[in-house]
Formats: sequence, C-alpha cells, structure tokens
Amino acid sequence: MILGIESSCDETAAAVYDGAQLLSNVVASQNDHIDYGGIVPELASRAHERVIWDTVAQAMSDAGVTREHIDAIAVTEGPGLMGSLLVGLCFAKGLSVQWQKPVIGVNHIDAHIYATFIDEKPELPFVSLVVSGGHTQLFHVPRPLRHEIMGQTRDDAAGEAFDKIGKLLGLDYPAGPVMDRLAASGDASFYDFPRAMLRKGLDFSFSGLKTSVLYYIQDIPEEQRDDYLKKHLNDLCASISAAITDVLIHKLRQAVRETGVKSVVIAGGVSANSMLREKARKMTGQLGISLHIPHPEYCTDNAAMIAVTGWFKAREGQYDDLRLKPYARHQWDKKSSAV
Amino acid sequence: MSQPAAGKQPSYFISKGVGETVQAGEAFAQLLKPGDVVLLEGEMGTGKTHFVKGVARYFGIPEEEVQSPTFSLVHEYPGRCVLYHLDCYRMQRPEEALEIGLEEYLYGSGITLIEWPEKIAPYLPPVCWSVEIRHLKGERREILIHQKS
Repeated sequence: MILGIESSCDETAAAVYDGAQLLSNVVASQNDHIDYGGIVPELASRAHERVIWDTVAQAMSDAGVTREHIDAIAVTEGPGLMGSLLVGLCFAKGLSVQWQKPVIGVNHIDAHIYATFIDEKPELPFVSLVVSGGHTQLFHVPRPLRHEIMGQTRDDAAGEAFDKIGKLLGLDYPAGPVMDRLAASGDASFYDFPRAMLRKGLDFSFSGLKTSVLYYIQDIPEEQRDDYLKKHLNDLCASISAAITDVLIHKLRQAVRETGVKSVVIAGGVSANSMLREKARKMTGQLGISLHIPHPEYCTDNAAMIAVTGWFKAREGQYDDLRLKPYARHQWDKKSSAV
Repeated sequence: MSQPAAGKQPSYFISKGVGETVQAGEAFAQLLKPGDVVLLEGEMGTGKTHFVKGVARYFGIPEEEVQSPTFSLVHEYPGRCVLYHLDCYRMQRPEEALEIGLEEYLYGSGITLIEWPEKIAPYLPPVCWSVEIRHLKGERREILIHQKS
C-alpha cells in the first residue's frame, strides 16, 4: 500500500494505491472539504504548505486506511519548482520518520506515463507521448522504470501552444479545453497552418505555429478583424488543432516505427484533446497496435500517478532515504540502439 | 549586427528573424554578471524565449534546454553561470511571485531572466536590464536594450 504526494507545480495532491486498485485520489484545489481559509488557491509553491496536511489526511480517510496499512510514501522529487517540491518532499520525509516507513522519490513526468496503469495494463515495451501545458516528450519504455527520451519540445509545450494561440484568437487563457470544443464543429481544412516537423529527429517546435497564427491575424484588415475571427472561430480552432495534432501524431508514428513497439501510451493533460485521441486511434488502428490513454482525471497533475509509480519502484526495491533531494530539471537517458 | 554597449546608453537593433533574435541574446549576454536581473518585455510571439536561448548559448547551455516556462513558472539552467528563467504570464496577483520564491532567484548568485515582468512590477529590483522586443512587419522585430536604475 503506497501513499503518494504531489506538489511540483500548482496542485497539492495525495492518493493511496494498493497495487491493484486506487483507493483515494485527492487534489486540494478540487476538494470542497479542504479549507483554504478564504484564500483563493494560488499558483504553486508556499501555498502547498497551507493545505498539504489536510490533503494527505483526506486521502487517508477517503481510502479508509491508517498509517499501519501504508508500506511506503512516494513523493514527487522533480522536475518542478524548487519551493513547491520542497514542501511535498519535507512533508513526506517527516511522515517517513514518524511512521517508520520508507520514502520513495518519483519523477513527475515518468509518473504521467504510469497513470495509465491505474485502469489498464499496457504491454511493454511501449512508446509514450507525454503532452501537457508544461511538457511535450516522447519516451521509449523498454521495461518498467526505464525511460529513454526520444524527443521533446524545443520551445513551447503542445498544451501551451493551444492555450496561447487560443488567447490570440480572443479566447480566455488557458484556452486549450475551449479550443477543443470549438474545433469539433469547425473545418480543419479552413486554413493550412504550418506543421513544424524539424526533419532531424523526433523533437517538436510549436512557437513557429504561434507566430504564424499571429501573422495570419495581423494580415486581416483591422476594421474587419474582430468580425472575421468571430465568424471563423470554430474553423480556425479546428485548423490550428489539426496543425498541432498532426505533428504529435507524425512523430509518435515515427517513434513506433523506429522501436517496433506494439503499444502506445499517451499521457498528460493534452491527452484529453479529442482530435489527438481520434488521430491516435486511427494511427494505432492502421498499424495494428494498442493505444492506452489514462482516464482524464489522472491526466492532469495528480498524486494517483505518483502512488502508482511509487508502487512500481517499491516492487523493484528502489527506496530512498532522508537524503532524497528535489531537482528543478531532469535529463533522461537518450534512446540508443544498444539498449 | 552591432554589439550592445555597456552602460546606460540604450542599444537598439532590428532582428530579421528568430535566428537573429537568438544572436542578439548571445551578444547581450557578454554584458551580464552573476546576480543580474533581465526583464524581457514584449507581446506574445515576439521571441522573448528565443532571446533567452541566445543568452543560454553564451553561458554554455544547449539552446534546446531553454523551453518556455509559462506553465512551470521557473526553469533553471546550469551553465558557466546558472540562469533562472521566470515567466509571470499566468500570475494574477504580483504576490504570487513571492510564493514561488522570487527573492531567492533575484538575490541569488545566478542571472534571472523574467518574461512578463509587468505582472509583478512591485517586486522587481530597482536596478536591472530591460530588453524590449516589438513586432515590426512580418518576422522583423526591434530590440531595445537598456539599463534601468
């Protein structure tokens, strides 16, 4: 039985996983029982300190367990904001001393991949695309807990591209989820925005798309701009979503081809995007391989994924001790043909 | 492209595209010392993050390490001098900058580069570099650099 704690960026979260089933999953900002003392939930860092105890207590009580049931405490060690990570890490270490249970450091991005295992059993080896507001990475996972990076964004994350381009179109930031909804009734062939393929390798770049949308908008005569954008909003959302998802799918397909894997995992907040899901289903269908996407609840930042990853690490005996340190950034091993 | 001048005299250049914006950042970085704070001002899509890529290149940090910190709020890049790359775009109140530990970055021994600094104006140090990037026609940008004190 693993208690998971997450505090790497905006969300304070805790969850309990028993190796077969998720027993609880609490995200402070979404939980009515946790009292912020009238403070509007803020971005990140020290705000975690005010709610972490209540969040963990809620997760334990939702799961109906006490400290005796817990075998280890898994906590996000990075990457993220140092101040935010330290709150979770120090809290976990304190519990570890008090409860006499080992602590396990978990990489936040790796954990996004393992969120898939809450409801499914993807066949290893697989290729995983992690796409969110802050991350866009492509991994080869030959065996549990081995993550080889195949590509990543060189500028904006895919989720950030949705959020910011939507803002350029006049939507509220973050615009990703709204763009997805509007795109559903738009014409994706309305305008052919560039697909930045970066021919060499599997890296991504989305900032060029952002500026090309900007130029597109600037080219509309100012007096017609608002009316034009309003009239064609759905078509533009669809065309832009198509440009982003085409690149993601193209690289994902290339990664599958290079590795020969039989399953694909798509994780992170953007995996909820319906156009991405549809194209991924089509692509994996054509290749005759399986596709796994975690339930949307486990795609945004949460502690269930930390608990599950902690469970995998405990199974391999990968425990940490009180020397565990947070890190702001992480370099994954590169995928090499030798492995 | 001319070198930016040290001192309070503003320097001004025109970048013809993303590549030149990166070069401008690299040339500017020669003037930076540990503890310096750089405010990057300019609308979305002007190339603020690309300018930071240039600064990073000067300090021996691979350009691809520099990604937009809009979501993460802060990225740290270890190099000959550590760079703290902050992005305040998502902040709704200036106090949120203190929550993420702004002072530790500003008054530490690294160089702090801040995108969307106007969102946290009350907490910015009095002495800092200002880099303003503005859209011109097409891919062209004007870059104005000066020291605020």
